[in-house]
Amino acid sequence: MIVDTLLLRLGGESGIDNAISAGDVLTLSAARTGYHVHTFRTYPAEIKGGPVMFQLRVGVEPVPSLGDQLDVLLAFNEEAWDLHHAALRPDGILVYDPGEHDAPSNFQGTAYGIPLDGMAGDLNLRKGKNLIALGALAALLGFDFPELQATVKDLYGRKRPEFIESNRMALLAGYQWVRDNILEGSPIQLAKPHKADERQLVMSGNRAIVAGALTAGCRYYAGYPITPASDILEEMAKRLPEIGGAAFQTEDEIAAIGSVVGASIAGLKAMTATSGPGFSLMQEMLGLATMAEVPLVVVNSMRAGPSTGMPTKMEQADLNIALYGGHGEAPRIVLAARSVEDCFYQAMQAFYLSETFQMPVILLADQSLSHRTETLPMPDTKMVAVTERMRPEADDEDDYQRYRLTESGISPMGVPGFDPTPYTATGLEHDEYGAPNYTPEMHTAQLDKRGLKFEVVADALCGLEPPLGCIGYGLPEDQAQVGVLAWGSTAGVVREAIEELASEGYPVTALVPAVINPLPADRILEFAQGLKAIIVPEVNRTGQFAAWVKAHTELPLISLNKYGGLPFTPAEIRDKVLEHLTAEPADPESKDQPEEEVAHG
Amino acid sequence: MAKKRASKNKLKPKDYKSHTKPTWCPGCGDFGLLASLYQAMSQLELDPSNTLVVSGIGCSSRLPFFVKTYGFQTAHGRVLPVAIGAKIANPDLTVIAVGGDGDGFSIGGGHLAHAVRRNPNITYLVMDNNVYGLTKGQTSPTSPVGFKTKSTPYGSSDVPINPMAWVLASGVSLAARGFSGNPKHLTDLIVQGIQHPGFAFVQTMSPCPTFYNTFDLWRPKIEDLPEDHDPGDLMQAMEQAFRDDMIPVGVFYNQVRPTLESHTRVTNHPLKATARDFDPCELLQSYR
Repeated sequence: MIVDTLLLRLGGESGIDNAISAGDVLTLSAARTGYHVHTFRTYPAEIKGGPVMFQLRVGVEPVPSLGDQLDVLLAFNEEAWDLHHAALRPDGILVYDPGEHDAPSNFQGTAYGIPLDGMAGDLNLRKGKNLIALGALAALLGFDFPELQATVKDLYGRKRPEFIESNRMALLAGYQWVRDNILEGSPIQLAKPHKADERQLVMSGNRAIVAGALTAGCRYYAGYPITPASDILEEMAKRLPEIGGAAFQTEDEIAAIGSVVGASIAGLKAMTATSGPGFSLMQEMLGLATMAEVPLVVVNSMRAGPSTGMPTKMEQADLNIALYGGHGEAPRIVLAARSVEDCFYQAMQAFYLSETFQMPVILLADQSLSHRTETLPMPDTKMVAVTERMRPEADDEDDYQRYRLTESGISPMGVPGFDPTPYTATGLEHDEYGAPNYTPEMHTAQLDKRGLKFEVVADALCGLEPPLGCIGYGLPEDQAQVGVLAWGSTAGVVREAIEELASEGYPVTALVPAVINPLPADRILEFAQGLKAIIVPEVNRTGQFAAWVKAHTELPLISLNKYGGLPFTPAEIRDKVLEHLTAEPADPESKDQPEEEVAHG
Repeated sequence: MAKKRASKNKLKPKDYKSHTKPTWCPGCGDFGLLASLYQAMSQLELDPSNTLVVSGIGCSSRLPFFVKTYGFQTAHGRVLPVAIGAKIANPDLTVIAVGGDGDGFSIGGGHLAHAVRRNPNITYLVMDNNVYGLTKGQTSPTSPVGFKTKSTPYGSSDVPINPMAWVLASGVSLAARGFSGNPKHLTDLIVQGIQHPGFAFVQTMSPCPTFYNTFDLWRPKIEDLPEDHDPGDLMQAMEQAFRDDMIPVGVFYNQVRPTLESHTRVTNHPLKATARDFDPCELLQSYR
């Protein structure tokens, strides 16, 4: 059987089987051949030991989500079989190592015992087991072997040129073993890709955030290592000095955001990134940035909480702290990225908004999005205007009021070293000049100023179109009966489930906003009109987004919550939608079908 | 970029005084430091538009409001990270961090050793009065053992921190101590601190007349470091830091070493004449 989309999972032991490293190589080589990819990985929070899993979904057409049942499972050891066999479709393919365990007797699909460890021993390449496995998978499933060889050489050869030859041998050994021993060919083969698009990129969510931030003009980054945001720090540390910026690893997250506030006061676009525990520590400084009207961007790549929680698992449970964290009334702009491509655009948008409105912007991602790899078309680097904060005019010099009460709430911000308008910024309530002021009139006026800015943000974002604003999937909402309203990285599975149901003739639709605060409530109300049921799936226990939407719209919403540390699958969305659909699918014969759907049928 | 003012237009100490009147109690030691800071700024001809005074929270952290330069009163204990961020962003700025013993050694204590060891070219003026003033008289990290306050009605059992030894042990580039009762000497120390190419820590013994009046206790114990004190000798500096018979003042330690900004700094500030564009497409093309 030739398939257009293939879902493959590698399971093994952390630090021994190098399954994740193998997965990264296969992903990049598949993308370079022209396939679309979408990965998902889980790994223990410990450095050595514990089960890891790397999942690659590869398709001839774009693959918006991690998918459902596995077509292929490569189990490096028996534990991997135990952990993952339930996800494998009954007629799927299992690749296992007979040196590790016997073929499972209860498996109905095709099992190939390939002596990975044995071959690695023969070649004296104990650490090359993963490459032997890759060679075997390429031969079995139809991945382009020369491209795989080139990618291995490219990724590993630069760091360890002395291993180029042994890597080549390992790949070849696995490839040849399959050629020699599995003569009948595997029952599942991946279709050939379309011609490789030279402009197609392969990025993780975190790298896309870095690229978007740098494109928007970010020149300062400070951070403290924390899973799953550490590789934002690492990528910034590599990239920023190349373009004349600076990245700084601080002693803790408070220092990270503190130095970002300082860099911003000194006139730079500045950012930090963290996860839940660090984000909790940053709350006081976020309040200071709101009070002193300092532009900055904070990325929170959410992991399962509370407390240390599950550092390597995903959750969408930090919406409340993003919206409400910190004392006093300090409204914040909150954006949630929906895909790797969207990480790029929302990072750009975050800087646009923070500079324009001189306030902190929080960009939410999560472990699954930060660490997954997707193919994406070359982003439009002009999608969001690159803006600078409003600065004093020449005639401001004589009577400069940093916190002047203006119609928009935005007042010119003088920069030390560049503007002859010294003033003192403060977290104290202050008058127009920045001097401490505790009068009822001034506190009211300055709270109004900061609140007014937020209303101006809402107006500015009203009617924001995709890819920056709300994205819809499935049927137009006025033709639908059931709708899904989602946020963040759940967008991908929702898209897949809804598009599939719609193509089957079901009256379904979906809407996924990127701007969570200020919430596009009018757009959501418009979406809800005429729908019989609105389902809000989110990876948390209490339905934080549903509560937020209800507070703004009073819509009756049906929460679908999952909270085990793993993202939704398309089937889970699909099942919930079907539960609420009373309409039969439209008869494909009697209704107009889009041509491409027929073509794919 | 703001030009350095010509000497003939040299600003006098009073020209650095802002319109905001100090909120300190009469007789507060911090007035002495503020006067010395105005003097030092004038002597060094600091351009108010190119100078940033950063503080945390506390009585002494009100200081930026009283100075006519750029200022930033941040959150409690966070003066050093904010000051360092500004310095990395624009190494041409003169960055002066100020605060008290509670701000710097208690709530902000986690930042001190790291700021010191990184050696940013900033000056950190700590007004140490051994008590919490703004919250009306609780024990501080430099209060003596047995200190009775409203928060320690039976006396504090905590051994005080030795800030001088702390910064010396953390690799400080310049460490000095002054007394607010001797503003002329203090001015010299502040001038040295600002001129020093690296992290300069200036501890100022600055009594609180309202909650812990140590003027009479400290004045007789204040004395200059020995004439033969060698500020290049870390062990000598340590020995002086641990003296409990007297309160030595002067430059304990002075050793120039590479600064943070010699390694980590923004060279492409978009507001500078030297700013250069960056083509994001090149970056993006590397991800494939």
